[in-house]
Amino acid sequence: MAPAVIVEDLTKLYRKYSQKRRFQTMKSALIKGDLFRQLRPEEVFLALERVSFTVGKGETFGIIGSNGAGKSTLLKIIAGTLRSTYGKVVVDGRVSALIELGAGFHPEISGRENIYINGIMLGLSKREIQRRFDDIVRFAELEEFIESPIKTYSTGMYLRLGFAIAINVEPDVLLIDEVIAVGDEAFARKCLDKIKEFQWKKKTILIVSHALGMIRTLCDRSIWLKQGRIEQIGDPHMVVDAYLSHVAEKEELELSRIHGQTLDKYALAEEAKPEEEAPPTEYEKKRWGSREIEIREVKLLDKDGQERHIFTSGEPMEVRMTIYASKKIKDFVFGVGIFNSGGVSCYGTNTQIEKLTPQEVSGEGMVSFRIERLDLIEGSYFLDVAAHQIDGTPYDYHRQLYTFRVQSPIADIGVFRPQHRWSFSPNISFKKDVG
Amino acid sequence: MWANLKSLFHYRALIQALVSRELKARYRGSVLGFFWSFMNPLLLLLVYTFVFTVIFRPARIEGLTPYALFLFCGLLPWTWFSSSLLESSAVLSSNANLIQKVLFPADVLPCVNVFSNFVHFLLGLPILFAFLIYYRRPLNINLLFFPAVILIQLVFTLGFAMFISSLSVHFRDIRDLLANLLTFWFFATPIIYPVTMIPERFRWVLDLNPMTHIMMGYQDTLFRGALPHWKRLSVTLLVAIVIFYVGYFIFDRLRDSFAEEV
Repeated sequence: MAPAVIVEDLTKLYRKYSQKRRFQTMKSALIKGDLFRQLRPEEVFLALERVSFTVGKGETFGIIGSNGAGKSTLLKIIAGTLRSTYGKVVVDGRVSALIELGAGFHPEISGRENIYINGIMLGLSKREIQRRFDDIVRFAELEEFIESPIKTYSTGMYLRLGFAIAINVEPDVLLIDEVIAVGDEAFARKCLDKIKEFQWKKKTILIVSHALGMIRTLCDRSIWLKQGRIEQIGDPHMVVDAYLSHVAEKEELELSRIHGQTLDKYALAEEAKPEEEAPPTEYEKKRWGSREIEIREVKLLDKDGQERHIFTSGEPMEVRMTIYASKKIKDFVFGVGIFNSGGVSCYGTNTQIEKLTPQEVSGEGMVSFRIERLDLIEGSYFLDVAAHQIDGTPYDYHRQLYTFRVQSPIADIGVFRPQHRWSFSPNISFKKDVG
Repeated sequence: MWANLKSLFHYRALIQALVSRELKARYRGSVLGFFWSFMNPLLLLLVYTFVFTVIFRPARIEGLTPYALFLFCGLLPWTWFSSSLLESSAVLSSNANLIQKVLFPADVLPCVNVFSNFVHFLLGLPILFAFLIYYRRPLNINLLFFPAVILIQLVFTLGFAMFISSLSVHFRDIRDLLANLLTFWFFATPIIYPVTMIPERFRWVLDLNPMTHIMMGYQDTLFRGALPHWKRLSVTLLVAIVIFYVGYFIFDRLRDSFAEEV
């Protein structure tokens, strides 16, 4: 397969100017007489570092990575809008970049005139535009409005027109930067169809996207950029999976850091605040009670007893509390509540509801609440834990101090996921999933 | 650089389309439309005529009557020159979306500026000629030099516009600096006065100013119906070409920084 895009040792340095520099003016440069020194960058930011890859003709190539990883910079360099600092990029054929749709439209003049001007900007001749004019208008669904000035267009119309022009340039290499995300459902589907048509015509496509599902299904190969470097390259499923597990790891780290801070701030506070007339402070809104029984530590554990904050729907989860009773107490209830990010109670229970009659607690102890299957839908959840008397008088109440996330491969909706199964009579059939 | 200059020539269709867009957009929504391009110079000329024949009368000087017409011969091209440069100082940053987001030849932008102001200049010419004929100025064979003077100014203005536009990406206060410089330059150029009024010992200062020779070219061919000083004009043309070369060279050197800096 002949290469359509060759990227070799590509490095891009962004100049960063210090605060002082940002307000650099000609006047001050002339006065200080350091005009040319001022034009030199002081610090640099490495946006891309020795990136090399080759995209074959007819290949669809995905680029993924977190924000600021250099994806758009890479695409812009391939498109030619940015120059590389080192390294080289070779592109075989006409490039059309769906990076910024409708950039260069002038609001005051009509859609028709804008099509011509935009087409010329994209490298078409007048005659070529004339030939494609009807296709462009039809694709953009703007037959009735093509003579009105662009400023009267809605955002959707604007984007449709931009997309229609860019795609009708008949490029050999198409660069797409997250544009499919704009526009309504119908337009997004139309764009996707067009991309598939391009694939079918054996055109080369480079896609930058956060829509990982799309990368999986559309791309032949993909790379994962991490802080300007290629972290992984190859089969999109493999790369996307690696990327996802990296994201989950990072998120886990972040959540456990927050958990740690929460413990420092609330749970490990030595004693209860004396009751006063003053309105409850932030602290008191989050934690209250007499502390005769104190919940000293709360941990979320997975099935192996490892502390975790991200769980996959359907996994077991254990809430483990370390408690301390300063004296012998005979009247006590332990409770747990789970709330979703909208504040809706997803589940709540306590030892009294479940008919456990308290006898005695003293000293340090451990309370474990084990969920065999965490059948929640994807999202962030808050956890309440409490120790209180049977009449509700709190010993120690922790209000939504702990956070965990549930991931799910299925984007179902609601509050929880009941165990379920679909079945059909033989005359109803579904295609085998190819994703 | 030569390759880029050549590709700039290839973009003439784009420049043409953008100039016509610029002009269309400017008058879109106004009642008189393109008519404004005639109205503006016409009204200006009428006001000057009134002021300088009724109120203030410097026209005693030999060969300067009607003074308003003399003034106008220099003012019209000067407006082309100065508004081209002023607009150039903002053209790259106001078209930042084109430079950053589309593969777009940035050198087209200052050209579009110069040419759309050039069209305004051309649209003002019929008014000027109407008045020249009305006042029975001697329009003769020397008028053939008129397009040559325009060409020299075009090259000169393009070079300056390239220089200004590329530098203003890095230094935002070029615009203010330029506005003051242009005022100064205006008075250092024989537009409101003939060059003959300048004392001999200061004459060399004016001679160093390329705009002096361009303006004198207009005054000679249009107002006086005389043969312009073609030797001086040839030198001015050379200077204009050098300015264009230097301006384009600087633009080309700074080109790569535009996408990041605008």
